[in-house]
Amino acid sequence: MKRLVLLLLCLCVPAVWATESSLPKIDIGKGGECVKDVQWMRKNHMHLLVHQRDETVLKGVREVKNSLKNCIECHASIKDDSVIAREDSFCVACHKYEAVKLDCFECHSGVRKSAWLKRNAK
Amino acid sequence: MSDINLQRRNFLKTAAGAAMVTVAPGMLLFDVAHGNPQSVGKVRWGMLIDTAACVPGCNDCVTACNKENGLSGGTAATDSQWIRKIEIKDISSGREVSLPMMCQHCESPPCVDVCPTGASFKRVDGIVLVDKHRCIGCRYCMMACPYKARSFVHEPLQDQNPDVPRGKGTVESCTLCVHRIDQGGQPACAEACANKVILFGDLNDPESAIAKKVKSVVSTQIRADLKLNPGVRYQGL
Amino acid sequence: MASYSIPQLRSHLFYVLMAVAGSIVLAAMFSVHSMEQHGHIITGMNNQIVWGMPHVFAIFLIVAASGVLNVSSIGSVFNKPAYKVRAPLAGLLSIAMLAGGLTVLMLDLGRPDRIIVAATNFNPTSVFAWNIVLYSGMFAAVAVYLWTLMEQRMNSWSKPAGFAVFIWRFVLTTGTGVIFSFLVARQAYGSAILPPMFIVISFAWGLAVFHIVQAAIYEWNGKHLDEYVQKRMRNLMGVFVIASLYFVATYHLTNLYFARQTEFERFILVEGGIYPKLFWIGYVLLGNVLPLLLIYLPALDRFKRIPIASLLIILGGFCLLYVFIIGGQAFPLDIFPGYSVSSSFADGEIGTYQPSLPEILLGLGGVGVAFLISAIGIRVLDFVPRELPKK
Repeated sequence: MKRLVLLLLCLCVPAVWATESSLPKIDIGKGGECVKDVQWMRKNHMHLLVHQRDETVLKGVREVKNSLKNCIECHASIKDDSVIAREDSFCVACHKYEAVKLDCFECHSGVRKSAWLKRNAK
Repeated sequence: MSDINLQRRNFLKTAAGAAMVTVAPGMLLFDVAHGNPQSVGKVRWGMLIDTAACVPGCNDCVTACNKENGLSGGTAATDSQWIRKIEIKDISSGREVSLPMMCQHCESPPCVDVCPTGASFKRVDGIVLVDKHRCIGCRYCMMACPYKARSFVHEPLQDQNPDVPRGKGTVESCTLCVHRIDQGGQPACAEACANKVILFGDLNDPESAIAKKVKSVVSTQIRADLKLNPGVRYQGL
Repeated sequence: MASYSIPQLRSHLFYVLMAVAGSIVLAAMFSVHSMEQHGHIITGMNNQIVWGMPHVFAIFLIVAASGVLNVSSIGSVFNKPAYKVRAPLAGLLSIAMLAGGLTVLMLDLGRPDRIIVAATNFNPTSVFAWNIVLYSGMFAAVAVYLWTLMEQRMNSWSKPAGFAVFIWRFVLTTGTGVIFSFLVARQAYGSAILPPMFIVISFAWGLAVFHIVQAAIYEWNGKHLDEYVQKRMRNLMGVFVIASLYFVATYHLTNLYFARQTEFERFILVEGGIYPKLFWIGYVLLGNVLPLLLIYLPALDRFKRIPIASLLIILGGFCLLYVFIIGGQAFPLDIFPGYSVSSSFADGEIGTYQPSLPEILLGLGGVGVAFLISAIGIRVLDFVPRELPKK
């Protein structure tokens, strides 16, 4: 029994070590709280996005607040206007840390729309 | 005895109620996705294309579409073309006509019928779209479309227009610039045409310019024999 | 070398074959990976020819998978003992080819990672969606059928199970034919003759595959196939080949009769370059005439004529599917009947298609999967037909 407990404790060590040393560094862009608090958003942002995408694609309800574009508008990096360009970009940093595949940006632009428009205005 | 009957009746009531509650939203969703004929009648977006005014060799609508939707503009067999100019010539009489061709936004679209996942769908306002979140890239819709309106994205894409998501491995076609329509605008091709060949509007609104014109001039639907009732009509064919 | 005994050699050969099939499957997986990475641009498919080589392989395998079950149906449903003992082998081959075909079909998708979407979103008007049910149901039906055949206590159920499979595969092949029948605007498709044509063709292809596997197994085990059985199965294949040729001929004849279709027939039968060649030489001559001669001319008895005829039938099958699927798409859509058309999107032009290595490898990978499943199945389980003692 003792040995088992010891073994379990040993197994926990790398996990603890990992959480303390390498929490993701995230470039949150402009940041700020516009929908809900940070913890809630970390847990539930995907549900909001999926709901909004169905509303938009199927019914044409283009409510701005929960749209992916709107998220990107604020959370894209100030440096390169993107949520996916670098290791510490807003979406990439967490998704990499959690090892969750990021499937949005094969089709969606990860760039702030205002910046994209400025660049493509010429 | 009557007690049992009452119980049974109550049970049946609850069951029927529960069934209604479960089925009703499903039916509603189905109506939204497949354009219930009853809810149509409000808006039906469409186009009237005046081929007599369309200049052969002019490509302005195509260029505008490419720019708006972030298409490369390439014309290789693997490149997407949402709108294209077709030059047609009557084989027996020799009469030549030039016209733009794109998704005809049928009322009974074959692409929607054949799509296994329901990714191809028709909005309540008559616009036929691909929900790229659901598209698995089987290309059956491309086989079914009588107008060759759809393209398959053969390569990974970068730097898409934030308003027009497109991506590798999914099928796409003219969206009637749905992102503009939803903001009260009109399709980029209609806006770009100097000769005002493309008249865009609500076919179901008797006061709209397009409804009035469709009522007064001769216009035809392409492959009208297939009875798909396209939302795009052509004048002078 | 001399120290090897024959069974040892056989055992080595088995592993060599496994390795060959395995490497083909590996190569196919690598192709799929590159298709995932680069997109379908590395295949020969494009916006005009949207279905290519993978679909030729997949449809062949699926159609043959349904047809091979004919052997078990004749045994179980029509009570012919010579076929009854072959029913388990036919069932195994069916499952193997179905698995191979579906693998190819699935991995050719633009977004194979979304297969779960296909499983959870069901459009009731889509033949493809029906087929997803039909194909997975077929696995289950054949598995149950095999169970009733191989588990002695369940033997009494093998007849109803066989009947269920019999019905199911008819519906399944109909479903495969209907994929093309429901295409209203394509001149090559949209015909109600296609489902029955696919059913009859499936008999011929399935039996051909069965013959080859059976010949290989008997050769491998140094057994001799009973003359009577040989003759019966040979004649049956002949009938199926003639019947499928009849359906293909009827399909083209009806097309030739309609003025609106003659242009298409001229393309596919005369002027279309590779397609008429494949049709006449590949399908008609090599895939039908030659096998029929091999089957019915007794003078050719000294050849291993049945396996050769079967191989030719399979080759002809691939030729026919290539002409049907790719040639059918290559002929332009008639968007403006009565007009000649031209555009930047190849309207009015014959589509170009150059099959590329990755897509051919993907298709062969399906055959490899089918081979692996059947070879391993035959080795570890009791699938070798055991002749019943004659009365």
